[in-house]
Amino acid sequence: MRRIVVVGASMGGLRAAEQLRAAGFTGDLTVVGDEPHRPYNRPPLSKEVLAAEVTHEAVAFRMRASVADVDWRLGMPVVSSDLAARTLTLLDGSSLAYDGLVVATGLRARRLPQPGLEDRRHVVRTLDDAVRLRGCLVPGARVVVIGAGFVGCEVAATARTLRADVTVVCAAPEPLMSPLGPDLGAELRRRHEARGVRFLLGRTVTAFGDGGPASADVLLSDGTALGADVIIEAVGSTPCVSWLDGNGLDLSDGVLCDADLRVEGRPDVVAVGDVARFPNPRYDGVCRRVEHWSIPTDTARKAARTLLGVDSPPFAPLPSFWSDQYDLRIQSFGAPALGCDDIRVLEGDPATECAVGYHRDGELVGVVLLGLPGAIPRYRKQLMDAFTAPAPISG
Amino acid sequence: MKIIVDMDRCQDHGQCVFSAPDVFRLNDEGHLEYEETADESLRDAVEEAADVCPLQAITIEG
Ligand SMILES: Cc1cc2nc3c(=O)[nH]c(=O)nc-3n(C[C@H](O)[C@H](O)[C@H](O)COP(=O)(O)OP(=O)(O)OC[C@H]3O[C@@H](n4cnc5c(N)ncnc54)[C@H](O)[C@@H]3O)c2cc1C
Ligand code: SF4
Repeated sequence: MRRIVVVGASMGGLRAAEQLRAAGFTGDLTVVGDEPHRPYNRPPLSKEVLAAEVTHEAVAFRMRASVADVDWRLGMPVVSSDLAARTLTLLDGSSLAYDGLVVATGLRARRLPQPGLEDRRHVVRTLDDAVRLRGCLVPGARVVVIGAGFVGCEVAATARTLRADVTVVCAAPEPLMSPLGPDLGAELRRRHEARGVRFLLGRTVTAFGDGGPASADVLLSDGTALGADVIIEAVGSTPCVSWLDGNGLDLSDGVLCDADLRVEGRPDVVAVGDVARFPNPRYDGVCRRVEHWSIPTDTARKAARTLLGVDSPPFAPLPSFWSDQYDLRIQSFGAPALGCDDIRVLEGDPATECAVGYHRDGELVGVVLLGLPGAIPRYRKQLMDAFTAPAPISG
Repeated sequence: MKIIVDMDRCQDHGQCVFSAPDVFRLNDEGHLEYEETADESLRDAVEEAADVCPLQAITIEG
């Protein structure tokens, strides 16, 4: 393999390049990305960086010395691909040939379909999004956050810390409902409310106003009308896979991979990070995408070795995730979403600090900690030990 | 190899501890303590620790 091209220049793309070098690849490495920036860290964009100065320097990833000779093609999306001919077409019409391909194009923020008030509407996925939003978060600004997942809740907390007037709208009966369950969701809502954030739950947005002086800027399904200077759409994200269209791949939710992260049926293509849909034998054979910060690094290590044909242990990562809201750190290990029917408080008190266990068929599959930093190693080890990878099948 | 942690950035996530327990540890108060130099044989582990630090607070020199 002489030339490997990585598409997507964020965390997954960078880690893939580094791991290809670590696994012994000495050929040409090109990383193509549509953002103009070198890889940077996204979690701070909804948290501390948004509250302070938003610059590339503050969030840039440290890079290993081994990728100093990578050819970065930034600000240049790949628009289409021909996997049979092993060529990519870039936006400027040029084409790029490869022997090996790494898919690392991640996700882009979903937008609400209703038109109107485009100049007040924001998403938080990229550095440029965060820079634009930061300028609008001033004391007293009326901020409406739509969606109460992690990004929505974090942005609400940050905007409130900057003394904006914050309302969160969400369709579910509690914030963070689907990953954490109703009890922890309610507990987190109470913490936000104690800081002055208002929640309008079980409601969706039906329309945006016309921007006139007395306009109802955000209209909700129950008839509520809200005034808004800043509208933040935090309604999830969509995999960036259109550049892979026409190659007969399953792109229904990211790109479908086998247990070694090979894109199905393609020995010369692997996928990493948020865009990869892969099975995790730690849980079952179901292929899932995992939007956690730990995944680009874990998948890159495995995928690089798969692409180069270097032996590596079976892939069964323990997902982990954290979120910071005010002075509270939420830390998750394993797959709480798979154990939402059987949630038990393992220690502590949800009103202060606690550990909560998520069980499937009586077995612990995920732990979420509110605070309790001292308990992390213990629960992490318990979840790690709960699974022993099967020996690889030889032959 | 020399290890530098930007303690203004570090938020005691402890991820580095899982990757390179010989170099990084959390003390009884849950705060990070670390060795400022490490043997070359630990390079892989230390590189991995720097990769997984959520705040990207770890730099390696030499
Ligand atoms: C605001 C925010 C806060 C977060 N906070 C946390 C947190 O606290 N904890 C946590 O565990 N996780 C968090 N995450 C999730 C974490 O950041 C992601 O899991 C991680 O960024 C995934 O990396 P990736 O490289 O797979 O994808 P991405 O970071 O999405 O990168 C994909 C890159 O590919 C580029 N691209 C897309 N299409 C093309 C194309 N056709 N051609 C060229 N380039 C293309 C994109 O522009 C992008 O730069 C957060 C995410 C966001 C957005
Ligand atoms: S992983 Fe980073 S933030 Fe966490 S303790 Fe280590 S250096 Fe500090």
